[in-house]
Amino acid sequence: MQRVGVFVCWCGSNIAGTVDVQAVSEALKNEPGVVFSTNYQYMCSQAGQNMIIDAVKEHNLTGIVVCSCSPRMHEATFRKTAAAAGLNPYMVEIANIREQCSWVHKDMMTGTEKAIILGKAAVAKVNLNTPLTPGESPVTKRALVIGGGIAGIQTALDIADAGFEVDIVEKKPTIGGKMAQLDKTFPTLDCAACILTPKMVDVAQNEKIRIFSYSEVTDVKGFVGNFDVTIKKNARFVKEDICTGCGACVEKCPMKKVPNEFNLGMDNRSAIYIPFAQAVPKVATIDPNACNMLKNGKCGLCAKVCAAGAIDYTQKDEYIEEKYGAIVVATGFNPISMEKFDEFAYNQSKDVITSLEFERLTNAAGPTAGKLLRPSDHEHPHTIVFVQCVGSRCDSCAEKGKEYCSKICCMYTAKHAMLTRDKYPDTEVYVFYIDVRTPGKNFDEFYRRAVEEYGVKYVKGMVGKVTPEGKKLKVQASDLIANKQLHIDADLVVLAAAIEPDQTARPLATMLTASMDTNDFFTEAHPKLRPVESPTAGVFLSGACQGPKDIPETVSQAGAAASKVIGLLAKDKLTGNPCVASSNELMCNGCSSCERVCPYGAITYVDKEFRMPDRTTKVRRVASVNPAVCQGCGCCTVACPSGAMDLRGFANNQIMAEVDAICK
Amino acid sequence: MKVSYFPGCTLKNKAKDLDTYAYKSAEALGVTLEEIENWQCCGGVFTTAKNEVATKLSSVRALKEAAEKEQPLVTVCSACHNVIKQTNHAMQNEKEFADKVNRYMANETPYAGEAEVVHYLEMLRDMVGFDAVKEKVVNALTGKKIAAYYGCLLLRPSKVMQMDDAENPTIMEDLIAALGATPVVYAKRNECCGGYIAMESPELAKKNSNEVVENAKAAGAEMIITACPLCRYNLMKNGTDIPVVYFTELLAEALGVKEDTNA
Repeated sequence: MQRVGVFVCWCGSNIAGTVDVQAVSEALKNEPGVVFSTNYQYMCSQAGQNMIIDAVKEHNLTGIVVCSCSPRMHEATFRKTAAAAGLNPYMVEIANIREQCSWVHKDMMTGTEKAIILGKAAVAKVNLNTPLTPGESPVTKRALVIGGGIAGIQTALDIADAGFEVDIVEKKPTIGGKMAQLDKTFPTLDCAACILTPKMVDVAQNEKIRIFSYSEVTDVKGFVGNFDVTIKKNARFVKEDICTGCGACVEKCPMKKVPNEFNLGMDNRSAIYIPFAQAVPKVATIDPNACNMLKNGKCGLCAKVCAAGAIDYTQKDEYIEEKYGAIVVATGFNPISMEKFDEFAYNQSKDVITSLEFERLTNAAGPTAGKLLRPSDHEHPHTIVFVQCVGSRCDSCAEKGKEYCSKICCMYTAKHAMLTRDKYPDTEVYVFYIDVRTPGKNFDEFYRRAVEEYGVKYVKGMVGKVTPEGKKLKVQASDLIANKQLHIDADLVVLAAAIEPDQTARPLATMLTASMDTNDFFTEAHPKLRPVESPTAGVFLSGACQGPKDIPETVSQAGAAASKVIGLLAKDKLTGNPCVASSNELMCNGCSSCERVCPYGAITYVDKEFRMPDRTTKVRRVASVNPAVCQGCGCCTVACPSGAMDLRGFANNQIMAEVDAICK
Repeated sequence: MKVSYFPGCTLKNKAKDLDTYAYKSAEALGVTLEEIENWQCCGGVFTTAKNEVATKLSSVRALKEAAEKEQPLVTVCSACHNVIKQTNHAMQNEKEFADKVNRYMANETPYAGEAEVVHYLEMLRDMVGFDAVKEKVVNALTGKKIAAYYGCLLLRPSKVMQMDDAENPTIMEDLIAALGATPVVYAKRNECCGGYIAMESPELAKKNSNEVVENAKAAGAEMIITACPLCRYNLMKNGTDIPVVYFTELLAEALGVKEDTNA
């Protein structure tokens, strides 16, 4: 029989506000095996933990039940406490009387009653606990960063700086991401290229970093410390190691009418192309959908002009398998499509553009060489209307938008408005907003400068309709403060489109078994305390894939993710989770049910010799669990028809004891 | 296929074309429109005044009859559709209102919004299918540039009407394309024509209507189609120089069932 101690936490008033903690500790005193029961204001504090250690020694406790918050919060804490008291850490059970009890109930009676039941279940379970010892697994001391924008670049540089090898997988032909497309950056107005491209060069020159550009991750197997990843290197029909990036092929290519995605289709590129002058790797890529040679075998000009002989029309997609200890997701964001926002006439007029398009229009390397000209007739616009929150902060019923605030739009719109007024003082600039949100270092000062020094006309209210009429865009809007309708004849309308996670994020999350929220942003392990880790061990989050972020925030998160990776890779061995499945081979009938349901591929079948009662031996096929791969999800224990499969720490008899205690 | 049909008062005098061609086209498409017996004016405007029950009774009567026949109730006039659909929504969701109406009408079995209200355009899209319409086209309107004019009532309030995206609709454009013509998308296609303001401020109605027509013309339209008698009235009265016809007339023409009824 165990000697169980029960420790009921008040969590300040979080639990004690709706649960009579005294009554709970009193009630649990009479449960089988319980020899000590008490309550305390903050069980997780130093004093609370000491109380547990003292009680273990004084009462010779063999099992501990802590009635407190979710085990996700403090199970690890109390396991350490148990270890400090000389107990096996797996002799601790948590009864969650906060998230699943005090927080959801309003009435003290029901709260207390439920807390007692949950406590009884935990006592019933701990009575059947057995000491468990975790296994160890080695760590592959290399990291994979998925996505080569500023987030991925910073994470990779920081990891490499600590001496570990890093691979960056980027789906585009170059790293750089969205930041490479930007003109200037708020609130300091330093040029994006000037601060980004040196970092891109650092990545290229760093011996510890390899770049897989024009590549994607197609499969992930394994677990923390030991991931097996398949990377698909898409055929770019140019030998990367030979191409010098001289650009002769780009110049000679006769197919020059391909919309240039780097400039968001506002000008054209050739079928063989280098996205921009500072691309890394600076290597040409052939667009197979546009190249005449690849489509119908008629051309071959680029191969003729390439002095290095780098063109290879027969190149095939290549699959590479690599091992990593940690994976960082840095897949970033995209502005949402404006197709469904035709009230702003985006599809009807070339002069209605998104903010990212505006960014290219003002960029010296953009389609207009930095001159602000209307896309339709290349004239200078004299009245510009900026519309914020297009698709952001939408009604939950509106299928076309997003409920969340995209966070970066207020600041970049203030930047666009200010720069326009600075360069072209003859231009009238209106900004329509729901709220102006500028919580960041020097952010509000920046916005106020736009209003006060640069005379940008900020109007609280939304634009209802944009009607193209002749050369003008008739903007109908409401000024909510003056309570009147506004009609503005604009030359250019700029839409601050909401941002959403990249489309590759969802399939990647499935591969990584990493969780996402309803908007397809990756979820962090804890919103406050573990903001750069995914709940899946060994998977880390960097940048806007976790939520809308500006550059300063992205870079800080990228560094934080890197430090977490470094902390992991610095270890030689990882302690595994001992709560894994194991099969009772004598009962296993070799049916393969468990193997089929295992999401981690942790179960294999082996032929094993068994001694029969008549002293003969017989070879039988039985399930075998690889404890290093098993994540302890328990699917197999449910699927097993003969009851041979069981989960350590969550054994069938333990679960049944809990159910019995609850139903008693 | 048999459906209940609510024409509406304008359709029996000013807007006969909308009604006549609705019948002819439906017949050509294999749909029988069964006119609600003794139907009355839909109420004209769906007022949001909660205590206003009387103007909604005729709509509820029509809805109830369709529900009893277990048929969808098909409407064709934008205004009627708006009133009937909103009334049905209120009967489904506003208990107090529904209660009042049922008691007022002394309904033995209370009506709780069981009928399905379907606009003729939705019937074409969802029940017949634009592909099936396309197959039945005899006179393809190839080369004609036609602008759809939705006005304000057909799609709004969008949460109740649920016909199409109120700001970016495609249902009439898809019909125009199915008939072989080229749909013209223009910004003012879902703006108000001026509506009843024509009574109080003809100038304002004129301004609104003109803006719609000019905007459609600038986008290249040679013709405007609509589902709303009031829209057509305002557009015509304020001197459009391109034809404004009901979508049913265009449909009948393409299906080859348009005889010269007015001659």
